[in-house]
Amino acid sequence: MSGLTLEAVSKQFGDLTAVDNVTLSVPHGTFVCLLGPSGCGKTTLLRMIAGLEDPSGGRLLLDGSDITAVPTHKRDFGMVFQSLALFPHLSVGENIAYALRIRGTAKADQAKRVEELLDLVHLPGLADRPVSKLSGGQRQRVAIARALAVSPRLFLLDEPLSALDAKLREAMQVELRQLQQKLGITTIVVTHDQREAMTMADLVVVMGEGRIRQAAAPVEIYRKPADSFVADFIGSTNLLEIARDDSGQATFAGMAIPGLSLPGGLDRARLSIRPEDVQLTAPGNGSLTGRVTFLRDLGGTVETFIEVAGTTLTAVSTPRERPDVIAGDDIGVALPIEACVVLKE
Amino acid sequence: MRREPARTLSDHLPVIFPALMLLVFFVIPFGIMIAVSFFQREQGGFYTPDFVLSNYARFLSSFFGGVLSFSLLLAMAVAVCCVVLAFPFTYFLTCRTRRVQIFWLVGLLSVLSLSEVIIGFAWSTLFSRTAGISNLFVALGLMEQPTALLPGFGAVLTGMVYQALPYTILVLYPALVRLEPTLLEASRTLGASPLRGFFNIVIPALRNTIVATLIMVFVFALGSYLLPQILGRPQHWTLSVLITDQAIYQSNMPFAAAMAVFLVLISLALVGLTLLVGGRKDLAA
Repeated sequence: MSGLTLEAVSKQFGDLTAVDNVTLSVPHGTFVCLLGPSGCGKTTLLRMIAGLEDPSGGRLLLDGSDITAVPTHKRDFGMVFQSLALFPHLSVGENIAYALRIRGTAKADQAKRVEELLDLVHLPGLADRPVSKLSGGQRQRVAIARALAVSPRLFLLDEPLSALDAKLREAMQVELRQLQQKLGITTIVVTHDQREAMTMADLVVVMGEGRIRQAAAPVEIYRKPADSFVADFIGSTNLLEIARDDSGQATFAGMAIPGLSLPGGLDRARLSIRPEDVQLTAPGNGSLTGRVTFLRDLGGTVETFIEVAGTTLTAVSTPRERPDVIAGDDIGVALPIEACVVLKE
Repeated sequence: MRREPARTLSDHLPVIFPALMLLVFFVIPFGIMIAVSFFQREQGGFYTPDFVLSNYARFLSSFFGGVLSFSLLLAMAVAVCCVVLAFPFTYFLTCRTRRVQIFWLVGLLSVLSLSEVIIGFAWSTLFSRTAGISNLFVALGLMEQPTALLPGFGAVLTGMVYQALPYTILVLYPALVRLEPTLLEASRTLGASPLRGFFNIVIPALRNTIVATLIMVFVFALGSYLLPQILGRPQHWTLSVLITDQAIYQSNMPFAAAMAVFLVLISLALVGLTLLVGGRKDLAA
């Protein structure tokens, strides 16, 4: 099959299991984001794909052939490091041409390709500049151009935008996605920033404690998180401990949630609902009743904190729908069934 | 952190003591030495204040020229050998765990506590016919019979490299530890084998450190006068040996001073030349 396949890949550092039995299939031309908190094994997984770490177990296949034992320099992958790792003693052009120089490309062809790549990353005419004279964003682009010099079979990026300021980072996310679509290259990005993953990825792979928690399209991850780890990590969510009553109806702290039932065989579960899906009504009108503890008016949105039976829920509304309440008021909370996700505990 | 320039006397106070020590124990003696190098030598080990160039003129003979060039070549050979041996060693040391690094660094520091005399006599025993390493080679079947490996140029070079190697490693270590490990990884992802990346990326990225270390070891080796005498023949004696000989055994202070001044000037010129050649690429870049 075409694309990259990981088969039960694991990595152990002494007693620590950094990557635990990861199986993943990345079709050709896909933009994948490995997303997770620090220490979840995402960088180790990327380094194994690049060949910089040897897997303790499992196989890596590229277009059907086993590349597990192929050394890094024979894999023909492009990689952008978190530190960028630009060669300090070489100019911009020499940095970009390095892979071509290694392959013995003629000088004239090297220069032509360098110009092409500099145009691609919107830095025309900077070939002779020493890398120490570049701004953060320019260094970023040079690192990308260098990794793309020989049209790699896989494009790997390890937290590529983490050194940039917030505004530049957002612009680069869009640019990186457009570049990937233009080149149609299979790309794997490691990030801990869920906004970054949502902006760029076709496939988001959420990792926690060395394992894949969920691999799906960004919207699906947001709308249908597989477990409470994913629900909590992607965006903010309200997690409610729900139970089944005698009639099979789901209840929260004794209050029935109309229309919601627990999946077969489960007595207890968790309910995840996004703050923007929580609806506020007059007291008694919703399925739950609580008390407003705090209002955070951010101008564009209003966050209402509501205490219901010891659990604090957050509701986000626009100023137009802003409920006419102050802290201390009783309020009704409605949970639309289509927005509720029931997760196993 | 930005520092305010010192203005009042009390701001300068911390510098005054070291400056004074430097003046009394380095600048003044060196000035005296330069003055003495122009003095007139008297028979019987005395000299009178004068301004004569005969001490320098005497130096410009083929004999002293030969000794000077041998000294410089020996020091260069020691510097090159040390850096060639120490650089890969230190590089691989920095790739090890912290425990291993500390073990080796402490070991190297303890080698520094050995005096030049001990190093010299230890190597003279090791290179001897009766108890030396050649006996080991015979036992291993690599040699027919034990031979004396000294006195000779190889013995002098080995002893001096042994003496200077710990310094070389300790000077290279901080720069190599700070080297970004991803540089080599980046070169590997770009298609360079680890060995090629080492020569293409690691060495050029540390060019300034390497040049500075070469100069340091060169200057260090230039002052050596004990090891050439213990391990070498008279033709392997350095200018430092002759200076000692003139100053102490021939009691010819003015001539010894003239040779010392000349040695300092030549080594300064060589260091300057190295910096010029080493620094040119930076200017061009």
